Amino acid sequence: MEQIRKQYKKILSDYIGNQSESDLYIGQNFIKRMIQKNVTPEEVISIHKRALEEIYDDIPDSVLHGYDFLIEVMVHFGLKVQEHQALLAKQEELRIEMEVAAKIQNLLLETEVPKPRGVDIGMISVPLRKMNGDYVHFMHDDDRFLSVAVTDVVGKGVPAALCMSMVKYGLDTLEYANSNPSYVLEVLNKIIEKSVDDSMFVSLCYARYNLKTNVFTWSSAGHEPSLYYQAATESFHDLEAKGLLLGILPETKYTQQDIELNDGDFVIIMTDGVTDFREKEEFDPREKIKELANSYRHLSAQAMCEEIYKELQRLHNFKLVDDFSVVVIKK
Amino acid sequence: MREAKTVEIVTELDIVTARKIGRDEAKAIGFNDVDQSRITTAIGELAKNILLYANMGKIVIEEMETDNLKGISISSIDKGQGMTEVHKVLEDDYTTSSTGGGLPAVKRLVDSIDIESKVGKGTTVKAVKWLS
Repeated sequence: MEQIRKQYKKILSDYIGNQSESDLYIGQNFIKRMIQKNVTPEEVISIHKRALEEIYDDIPDSVLHGYDFLIEVMVHFGLKVQEHQALLAKQEELRIEMEVAAKIQNLLLETEVPKPRGVDIGMISVPLRKMNGDYVHFMHDDDRFLSVAVTDVVGKGVPAALCMSMVKYGLDTLEYANSNPSYVLEVLNKIIEKSVDDSMFVSLCYARYNLKTNVFTWSSAGHEPSLYYQAATESFHDLEAKGLLLGILPETKYTQQDIELNDGDFVIIMTDGVTDFREKEEFDPREKIKELANSYRHLSAQAMCEEIYKELQRLHNFKLVDDFSVVVIKK
Repeated sequence: MREAKTVEIVTELDIVTARKIGRDEAKAIGFNDVDQSRITTAIGELAKNILLYANMGKIVIEEMETDNLKGISISSIDKGQGMTEVHKVLEDDYTTSSTGGGLPAVKRLVDSIDIESKVGKGTTVKAVKWLS
């Protein structure tokens, strides 16, 4: 502290002597060092007052009393600064905790994209924040059935991620890829309705692909409709399904529908983060996705996912508004 | 060593009295201008807490001396409702406190703080600051 006092006095008296800009600049750099050393605002004023007293011996008492007053009122300012520093430290603690949690989530929800014969699969899932509220789960039974669940928890961040772990374990208990999609949704609905907070809902599209017959069966619980491209007619169709979100009513029934995939056909399953362009009212995101998918249809399923992501991210000026997941299943 | 000084806190005017006595005591012990202000501020916050949460109580200001240290102790004693979760009152409450006052402030202004509280019986807070 004595060192700081001396240096401050020197800079101050230099400035009073010639009022040069360079001394002001030096003064500002010096205060940065004082901040680093946790010198509080009231201490700075005290240092200033004492330096003035040492430079001049004829300062009127009234001016010195004025400084005493300033020291007194600045004590609360100093407290606020300290509170702010404590808050920053706490924030850093939370950030580290969050990073660990995100890592654990990634491990828990890690999914491997299967590579069955005769069908090409691509997947991309990008969280908006650290924790992902979307989840893609694959199952594959020895070249007979392939199934995929694309899930989106309503809400973002930590609560959504916690809820997602439960969906994952629900899916894990089903074990086999050949389960009927409507049955899977009914089971998951019961699990979620029982154990999750009333304000937590999950949308899910569950699809099963029969690798022998090429029949694609899907069922949906309030999920964004998937897009089906039919190569023979070069046209897109919405795979509509009217199922209630998971977790609302315990005894909800779900229906399922079939289509047959032929060479060149593909299905795009996505979460609503993909079609969410809330700030562009005129814009039809599903048309845009069709247009993109059409122009990239010669690429692999994985490359299609990545290109769609890149393009949409650009349309959002690189600031997505929700977790983003796309799965492409291509015959 | 001087005798301990006690100020009964019943109205806001008593806060000023306690501050004045505390400042004079701090000055006599040899605290510099900034520390005098800090000690006074701590006394003000403690006294204000008495009025806010217990309606009335007292502030005791005492000089302290060990082999090689001098300091000041400020005690706030009330017979109010007391509290169960003492540690919580020392945490910054970012949602309500925007002026950085209360016990978290007192904790920052002094070297150590000790709180004893019994529900229904009252609270004693003792804050100590040493002359460095």
